[in-house]
Amino acid sequence: MIPARSAVWRIGLVATTILVSLSVVVLVIGFSVGVGDLPIPLSTTFSALTNRLGWTAIELEPIHEAVIWDYRLSRSLVAAFCGAGLALSGAIMQSLLRNPLAEPYVLGISAGASTGAVAIFILGIGTGAVSLSVGAFAGAFGAFLFVALLSNGTRGGADRTILAGVAASQLFNAATSYIVTTSGNAQQARDVMFWLLGSFGGVRWPELALVASVIGFGLVACLIYARNLDAFAFGDEAAAALGLNVGGVRLQLFALTALMTATIVSMVGSIGFVGLVVPHAVRFFMGPLHIRLLPASAVAGAVFMVLADIASRLLVPGQTLPVGVVTALVGVPFFSAILYRFRSPS
Amino acid sequence: MSVSAEGITWKIGRRAIVDDVSIDVRPGETLGLLGPNGSGKTSLLRLLAGLRQPHAGRITIGGMDLRTTERRIIAKRVAFVEQHAATNASLKVIDVVKLGRFPHRSLFSSWSTEDQTAVEAALEKTGIAGMRDALWQTLSGGEKQRVHIARALAQTPTELFLDEPTNHLDVHHQISLLRLVSKLPVTSIIALHDLNHAAMFCDRLIVMKAGKIATAGSPEEVLTEKLLREVFSVEARIEPSRHHARLHVHYLL
Repeated sequence: MIPARSAVWRIGLVATTILVSLSVVVLVIGFSVGVGDLPIPLSTTFSALTNRLGWTAIELEPIHEAVIWDYRLSRSLVAAFCGAGLALSGAIMQSLLRNPLAEPYVLGISAGASTGAVAIFILGIGTGAVSLSVGAFAGAFGAFLFVALLSNGTRGGADRTILAGVAASQLFNAATSYIVTTSGNAQQARDVMFWLLGSFGGVRWPELALVASVIGFGLVACLIYARNLDAFAFGDEAAAALGLNVGGVRLQLFALTALMTATIVSMVGSIGFVGLVVPHAVRFFMGPLHIRLLPASAVAGAVFMVLADIASRLLVPGQTLPVGVVTALVGVPFFSAILYRFRSPS
Repeated sequence: MSVSAEGITWKIGRRAIVDDVSIDVRPGETLGLLGPNGSGKTSLLRLLAGLRQPHAGRITIGGMDLRTTERRIIAKRVAFVEQHAATNASLKVIDVVKLGRFPHRSLFSSWSTEDQTAVEAALEKTGIAGMRDALWQTLSGGEKQRVHIARALAQTPTELFLDEPTNHLDVHHQISLLRLVSKLPVTSIIALHDLNHAAMFCDRLIVMKAGKIATAGSPEEVLTEKLLREVFSVEARIEPSRHHARLHVHYLL
């Protein structure tokens, strides 16, 4: 039915889109690597890269190479993967819960992660044996299990899942505040606060390896689920009537978003609004079909997060803002616009 | 039998919404499901479509036991049109109709000629081919309903269940939709409120009351003045129409 020429045209278009998107991501990361107390030109960054790959042997200043390889490149790449993961999770949650305001944290995962991290940081539970990240990860999965059980093994439908997530957020935030106020000193409270707002400061290559594999796996998995997510457009009942195992698919996708979010939160703290803002913006351009929406969200999330990281280093000279502050400053106006849009009958 | 239910019961809490219902529907038959609000029509349709599991009884479709058959296998031959299915995604009409091919496609299969043919035929039959690129949110209630029917037809079902499909439709579209469905070579079960439509387009009728079958049979057997008084609490006179051979219900003032 579809003429051959149109098929070729289509493949060409897809290939071009992928190429252009990846180039944008690479450029933004290259730019990000150059930003800081020691500015590095874009050309130096790419030369360092081609040198390392063995394609070129350009003379570069050792300090530049050291800063690129030891600090900035890993940081920017982690930022890109975190942005991609949060945006993907947001896109999935919004489709599964059929709620435009859903984002990864609606399941209370970030609240759970902070409780886990704080428990280790302040109470010293298992210090030495487990790191802050492991605590955060455990907390995040604790919150996910809590929500899954409370929403009746996800058979309770979208509204109940959201309510369960709100309840979990309240519970775990309260637990975090309780621990901080009863056991922490002023300095610890400050440190926790800073960690909660998100920072790429401490991340290096080992973190990148972990986040890249988790988000990479997440992207492939949710692309396999893309058609299933389309089938949710008219609700659980309609999806079931189309032959979808609604409960099973929903649980698997929630587990996938929980895995991605928990990995990200445990590594860089809780960075809000990326999961909310990016999928909505992408829908305006790409439409609601998930085979396009999901990869586009991942790319846009990566670019957005790297830009936010750059902004967090540039906005206040000599100081790095928590990246969560930057994303929220952009995210809140957008969030308001969504609310405003939904106020008027469509 | 195309659709067969034996003694099915479905409860919410202790209340039986569908109470010991047995039906047999022959292939190609158009069965009308009548009854006052809350009589269990929608619940019965959902049970027959395999969207709910009955607490007692057994349902088979084309010989397959719904309890032990995979959802996707059921969806390959059973299409269900809900009463209020809405979305806030800005999908195009063609995207919605294409959803009907979901059960027929495996995880990695690409869009086939067969898929395309089914979608085009569905668009054609429901008369919405001209609005394939229109966005869902811009459609009127009646257009949305026709898109849902087209989606169901794209499933190429052998059994088609419709829950009050003529709601929101103007008179012209009500009639053309029922005519379309009654002429399709599929087994259809339609929950209806309009008794004259039921008389005109259905081969057989089932009247439900409080979860049970009050009466079943051909329109001539079922639609009686006594039944309308007892089940629907209305006074009416029923006679064969002068303009078509079917019965016509006159409600009394």
